[in-house]
Amino acid sequence: MRAWFKSGTPWIWLNGGAVAICMLMVIGLIGLIAVRGFSHFWPADVARVVIQQEDDEALVIYGEIIRAQTIPAAVATDNGIVVPQGRELITRYLLKQGNRDQTGRDFVWYAELGMEEFSYPDNIFTIERREWGNFYGTPVVLMNGTDVVAEADSADFWEHLQAAVARSIDLHEQIEDLERGRIGRINTQIERLRLEERQLELNETDAFVRDAVLNDIALRRERLNAEYGVLRSELDLLYQATSRDTLRMQMSDGTIVDLSLASIVRVTAANAMSVPGKLGQYLERLWEFFSEDPREANTEGGIFPAIFGTVTMVFVMSIIVTPFGILAAIYLREYAKQGLLTRIIRISVYNLAGVPSIVYGVFGLGFFVYFLGGSIDQLFYEAALPAPTFGTPGLFWASLTLALLTLPIVIVSTEEGLARIPSTIRQGSLALGATKAETLWKVIVPLATPAMMTGLILAIARAAGEVAPLMLVGVVKLAPTLPVDGIFPYIHLERKIMHLGFHIYDVGFQSPNVEAARPLVYATALILVMLIVVLNLTAISIRNHLRERYRSASD
Amino acid sequence: MTTENIDDASASGQSVPRPEVKAGKPRRVLERESAFAVDEKVKIEVSDLNLYYGSERALKGINLVIPEKRVTAFIGPSGCGKSTLLRCFNRMNDLVDICRIEGEIRMDGQNIYDRAVDVAELRRSVGMVFQKPNPFPKSIYENVAYGLRLQGVNSRRLLDEVVERSLRAAALWDEVKDRLQDNAFSMSGGQQQRLVIARAIAIEPEVILLDEPASALDPISTLKIEELINELKKDYTIIIVTHNMQQAARVSDYTAFMYMGDMVEYGDTNTLFTNPGKKQTEDYITGRYG
Repeated sequence: MRAWFKSGTPWIWLNGGAVAICMLMVIGLIGLIAVRGFSHFWPADVARVVIQQEDDEALVIYGEIIRAQTIPAAVATDNGIVVPQGRELITRYLLKQGNRDQTGRDFVWYAELGMEEFSYPDNIFTIERREWGNFYGTPVVLMNGTDVVAEADSADFWEHLQAAVARSIDLHEQIEDLERGRIGRINTQIERLRLEERQLELNETDAFVRDAVLNDIALRRERLNAEYGVLRSELDLLYQATSRDTLRMQMSDGTIVDLSLASIVRVTAANAMSVPGKLGQYLERLWEFFSEDPREANTEGGIFPAIFGTVTMVFVMSIIVTPFGILAAIYLREYAKQGLLTRIIRISVYNLAGVPSIVYGVFGLGFFVYFLGGSIDQLFYEAALPAPTFGTPGLFWASLTLALLTLPIVIVSTEEGLARIPSTIRQGSLALGATKAETLWKVIVPLATPAMMTGLILAIARAAGEVAPLMLVGVVKLAPTLPVDGIFPYIHLERKIMHLGFHIYDVGFQSPNVEAARPLVYATALILVMLIVVLNLTAISIRNHLRERYRSASD
Repeated sequence: MTTENIDDASASGQSVPRPEVKAGKPRRVLERESAFAVDEKVKIEVSDLNLYYGSERALKGINLVIPEKRVTAFIGPSGCGKSTLLRCFNRMNDLVDICRIEGEIRMDGQNIYDRAVDVAELRRSVGMVFQKPNPFPKSIYENVAYGLRLQGVNSRRLLDEVVERSLRAAALWDEVKDRLQDNAFSMSGGQQQRLVIARAIAIEPEVILLDEPASALDPISTLKIEELINELKKDYTIIIVTHNMQQAARVSDYTAFMYMGDMVEYGDTNTLFTNPGKKQTEDYITGRYG
């Protein structure tokens, strides 16, 4: 036994075991969120459930079976289910029956009592809508205004339906385009005119000049209003066109419902689909998740604004934190006299890394947003007051707060990189008649770039996953616009953004519809993890590339 | 040696007669060097050089004359101050905060520790090669061109010319002419050391300081470096620090033996190795200590 201990074998097992546990945790984490998140996009079969009730009436439900659960009879009785004597356990099913606008409840538990075998009829459609979530039902007729286009049992019904859906989606995109693009631009310009006018009042220019400018403004406003009128009528036409088609559906209880095609995103007959067909739609829905805006209080649609916001914020943060961190580190390591003061500064910087992030959020709100932002508004955006421009949480403040949060990380790793550079390289340069500054910028800093990149990588990983401070300084649950668009000045640092981390929190904990939100929480979490991995991999590959270039310089 | 003696020596200088054996040494060295001063042109003259690291006296009243276009070797056991002395010639010791220097080093008559001297300028005329090859993380070409670029030379033609000439002078051209844009770290240690020499001579210094240039190299690379030194002494004044006495004997014209911060003996290499004037020197070169 003693020999065994001496041989070091237990030590190896202990170390190996630690690695194994780490790996298990990582794989388990990623696996869980991947399975839970990404299975959501698979077009689920819609079951037809028939329940024979006490009063001998049959209840018919169409819905996706989300999961089954076995509960003790007592619990079931508490929930109002009449359990026959002698049953101890009872199985219940969670059904996503949709039709929230009609029934009010889209996720319902049904006990197995009286349940007949599930069937999966081909003619149950899953209809994804822009509002009210999914609709499940059987088709009756597709109508164009009051004219019948196709009956549900006619052979070309499916083609007609898909064509109508494609048309309405196309129209919807045109409307979006018009509203966000051209009309948005005109609105911005009109708003700018208003600000100009207000500025003029504030500046107290003399009457003659003022009248001239006001005239000019009025002229321009008129022109914009005329343009807007044209676009508005174009928009009205589109809205009219979009409400042309109606799909008449029958719900499981026999109610007939007319759905305007304008509200429909996709019609699927999941039960009739082949596996490749489902796979195609799976990918399509996955892509939608990446590329679309959220709908329905973030419980439907995509998370593109959140991805975009996160990436933009991290970029802006990197742009801020890199030069500051590197310059500070260079000064601390290369120029500052290594005395007591330097040590105090260094310890303070290192300790900043340990400050809880919410504290940074509070600081960001108090100092950056209210003080700095408020002052900026006073100085440069006076015309827009009392509506704040920078004096309110926004992208820039979020990035700046994160930059502050990650500054110690960049400083520490840059300093370590500088310290690792052998003094012979330094002396080699000095011996050739280079000054200290020349040596620094031509030899030392290039050699330390891999270390700086390492710092940036860590900073990015930290920043992309941060949520708490962001809630205070610029992240919101739903941002109407992206921070980058085609309207001058293209990058709008004052805008509020969406963020994946906050999105997870919001969907998971603030959503009225927990069951609908749950898969999205997992999917969003996975996207966040993947995004951080991608950002990290990019930075790591840049670093390795640099390291390759400066290989063996420091061995 | 006590602190009292240090103070005494530095305060009173050479003129005061000193009772210790060590105090006599510099004078004797001067006598010996006057033997060759007739036919050699003096490049560097060191007089009464004292160097302190904090309160520790690392160089003790060094007096020395280094002839132009000759190879002068400093030998001695580790820690005897030979590298420190070498670094005085291009003021590399300035980088050490706690280092303090007394005395004069005159190069072509000008005291290099004079306030008016621009250190960068001085280092341009006194090149240095270190113990470990220290090429910059740049291409071979850029390594050689570095010194010139510092001086603001950007003409491609001129740079090409100088790079080729320097690499040829460092006997490296034939080995690297096809891969000038490769990273310098892709070369072998011996090549790197010659690259560093090429880098030093690219800015056409007058003096080249070699700090144990071959100690990290294999015998063949060492041989190449030694051949190179023989070539270079036609154009440059070379001062080399080495641990290796055979090397000193092979490459140098003059040799100085140092011990514990003292210049024990200085003379032409043949005499010093065959007929050392001091017991200490003899003990060292015959391998009895050090």
